[in-house]
Order: sequence, then structure tokens, then C-alpha cells
Amino acid sequence: MLARRIIPCLDVRDGQVVKGVRFRQHRVMGEIMDLARRYREEHADEVVFYDITASPHGRSVDRSWILRVADVLDIPFCVAGGIRDVAGAEEVLMNGADKISVNSPALADPDLIGELARRFGSQCVVVGIDSSGGNGRWRVHELTGDPSLSREAGRDTLDWVREVQERGAGEIVLNCMNMDGVRQGYDIEQLCAVRESCRVPLIASGGAGAPEHFVEVFRRACVDGALAATVFHSGQIAIPDLKEYLATQKIAVRD
Amino acid sequence: MRRYRRDTALVDCGGANIASLRFALERLGLEGHFTRDAGRIEAAERVLLPGVGAAGAGMGRLADADLLELIPRLTQPVLGICLGMQLLYEVSSEDDTPCLGVIPGQVDLLEASPEHTIPHMGWNQVQRRAESRLFDGIPDGSWFYFVHSYAAPPGEHCIGDTEHGRRFASVVNKDNFFGVQFHPERSGQRGQRLLKNFLELPWN
Repeated sequence: MLARRIIPCLDVRDGQVVKGVRFRQHRVMGEIMDLARRYREEHADEVVFYDITASPHGRSVDRSWILRVADVLDIPFCVAGGIRDVAGAEEVLMNGADKISVNSPALADPDLIGELARRFGSQCVVVGIDSSGGNGRWRVHELTGDPSLSREAGRDTLDWVREVQERGAGEIVLNCMNMDGVRQGYDIEQLCAVRESCRVPLIASGGAGAPEHFVEVFRRACVDGALAATVFHSGQIAIPDLKEYLATQKIAVRD
Repeated sequence: MRRYRRDTALVDCGGANIASLRFALERLGLEGHFTRDAGRIEAAERVLLPGVGAAGAGMGRLADADLLELIPRLTQPVLGICLGMQLLYEVSSEDDTPCLGVIPGQVDLLEASPEHTIPHMGWNQVQRRAESRLFDGIPDGSWFYFVHSYAAPPGEHCIGDTEHGRRFASVVNKDNFFGVQFHPERSGQRGQRLLKNFLELPWN
């Protein structure tokens, strides 16, 4: 049986790991390599590196840190942020990343998803979706890395979830913006709705604050993985303790 | 750290994501060389056949490098990883691709269901079906990292299997040919141990 994945997300800006609350007020959490090593030792199942500055400012970014990360990590990792075309994706994958994640560039040019899937295989292509709403209706947001540019993307979340799968996405990370950074638990209602239309692996993001939140999201929303940042970086939840707790709750985790 | 006397050849059958395997070998104190050169592959102490992507493209690249005849004739330990393992079989139903034919059987698409999403992506357990030096120091039921949509059924050469909707061969061995459906280079310490075990297999 597949293990449910515990995935620390490192928001990277200018070579450092930062974390914001509700996508704003970023503060420095540590150095990339230190945190990468720590999560390897703690048996994280995967690590996501999200360059939050890359996409909104329309500039190319220094990718040399990916090689250093690939040298240290013996678990899979995904790079998100600023990947706009096949050449950009290829650079990231050649540097040793296992997956690439696209968000705003896929909204601007949905054909990009298919191009990436045909070139590298669906298993490498993750689509990140920033979404908010409620009462059975959620909307996609774009350019969320920069509060001055962040806006609604004019798409219904469930429609976009279906479309990206048809186009070749191999995994979806659903970032529930209502809950991001406030540690009140994952957005179970939204994740359940998305799970119903999602046949590829689904990763929950936004809202983790306590070990019980992980049990809840795996049990009720049946997601394949749960992503979190602050609670892991700060040491508030240690991944080995979390996995031990999940195992007592009969949730399959890798020891 | 142990030095290996001779070269380990990493067969370059394409796929963008191959840096991680080279790094994993370096962590074991070994320099892996990517090559398509038949002479170099034949002379190597061990051969790794990695690969990601589609079976048809992978076989096409081996054909372009004129390696289709050579690989099944190799006598040193050979380890196929992920697509590299699938290519050891007779045929893959992915684009109806004839493969290397080292191991009898056909590779087929796993079946998707709400509980078993495709690609099969993430950490899953390998149940041992036969003893092998490849498993030295690795407990039965250990977790390894998988990313694939196609797999071979557990046939006579299957020495470890895994369940995802149905059971499939996750470790195979026939003579000097080994295959793992998971990515040992991305499977933490257990994966590292498996690679080390492979690199220490005796070569006649």
C-alpha cells in the first residue's frame, strides 16, 4: 500500500527559506541546505522547493542551488516557481530535481502542461493550484507569490482540476488560500470536492497546525500527501513524531 | 570509503532526470560515467540501465546507440532501474514496444481506480519473494520510492513484489540481470544500501 506522504515545503526567496502568513509578510526561516539536510534526516517523504519570487517578477532565476540540493537529498524533490517553458523545466530536471511544478504559467498558457508531459512524462509534471472560496464553489488565483499582483484567475477550481489532468498533469498540489499560514487545519470541504474529480495524486497544502490536522486530511479528504511549511521549519511538529502518531492512527506512513 | 576497481557504466538511454543517480553513486564513493559506447559498456565491471519516460523512446535510444544486441549478452551484473527494468522484459504494451527480452513476460499499464491513482507515485513496500544478496541488510517490507504507470506481473524471476491495485514485480533477477521498478537513488538509506549491495555483487 502506498504510504501517505509528508512533504515539507521550502518557500525560497533570494537563496533563503522564507514563510509568509496568508501569502504576505514573509520572514526568513533558514538556509536551504540546512533545512534540506534536516528533512532528509527526519525521513520526510519528499521536499518541495518553491521559488516565490520567480514567477511574478518575470525574471530568470539562479538554479545552481538545485544541483547542491540534489547532491545532498536521497529522497525525491520538486521545484516550483518560475518554470515557464520546456527549456526552463529541462534545466531544473537536469540539475537533479525529480519533478517540476507549474502554476501561473499554466494558467497563462494551458498548452504548457501538455508540452511538459509529452517531453518529460506526466510523472514529472505537477500542477499547483492556489484556490479559495467556500460553500461548494472555489476559484483559482494566480501570481500569488506577490501580493501586489495576486488576483483571481477567472477559472473555477473544479473545472481547472479536470482540465489539467486531461492535459497531462501527473499530480496536483491544491493550496487552499483561506487556510494558508493560519494553522487551523486543512480545508477539508474543498479537498474532498477536488478529490472526487482528481484521479492523479493529490497533495493538500495550507492550514496544517497540529498532528490531528494530518489525520483528518488523510482520513476525510483521502489525499495522497500533506504539505506544510511553518509547523515543520519551526520544529513545532517533528516529522518522526508525526509519523509515529499517524501510524498509531492506522495511517500508512513510511518509517 | 571503498574504491571500486573498475568502471561502472551508466547506460545513457535518455530521460532528463539522471543526475540523481550519479549523485547517489558518488555518495557511495563511486564515479559513474554516462555512456552509449558499446566497448565501454562491455568492459565495465557493472552496468546500470536507468531510464525515465516512455518504453518506445527508451528502446529507440538504445537502438540508435546500437546496444540492442549487446545488452542481453552482457555477463557482468546489470541493474535496470524503473524504465530500465521494464526494458529487460520481452515486450511493453506501452506503444506495443518490443524490448530486450532478457526476462520473459510483458509489461502492462497498471489499472487506475479512486484508491489507486496512476502514475503509481510515492513510497511503497517491497515484499521479498526470494533470497538475494541485493537485499542484504534491508528488512522485508522496506519502503522504496516509485514513479511509474507500467509494471510487469510477478513471474518466475520476481524476487520482490509490491501492491498497487494488483501485485507487480518490483525486484527481478535472472542470472546476472537485476531490475528494480523503484528508484533506489531516491529511496533514502534503504535505496542506498541496495545500490551498495549491487555494486558489491561478485563478478565472474
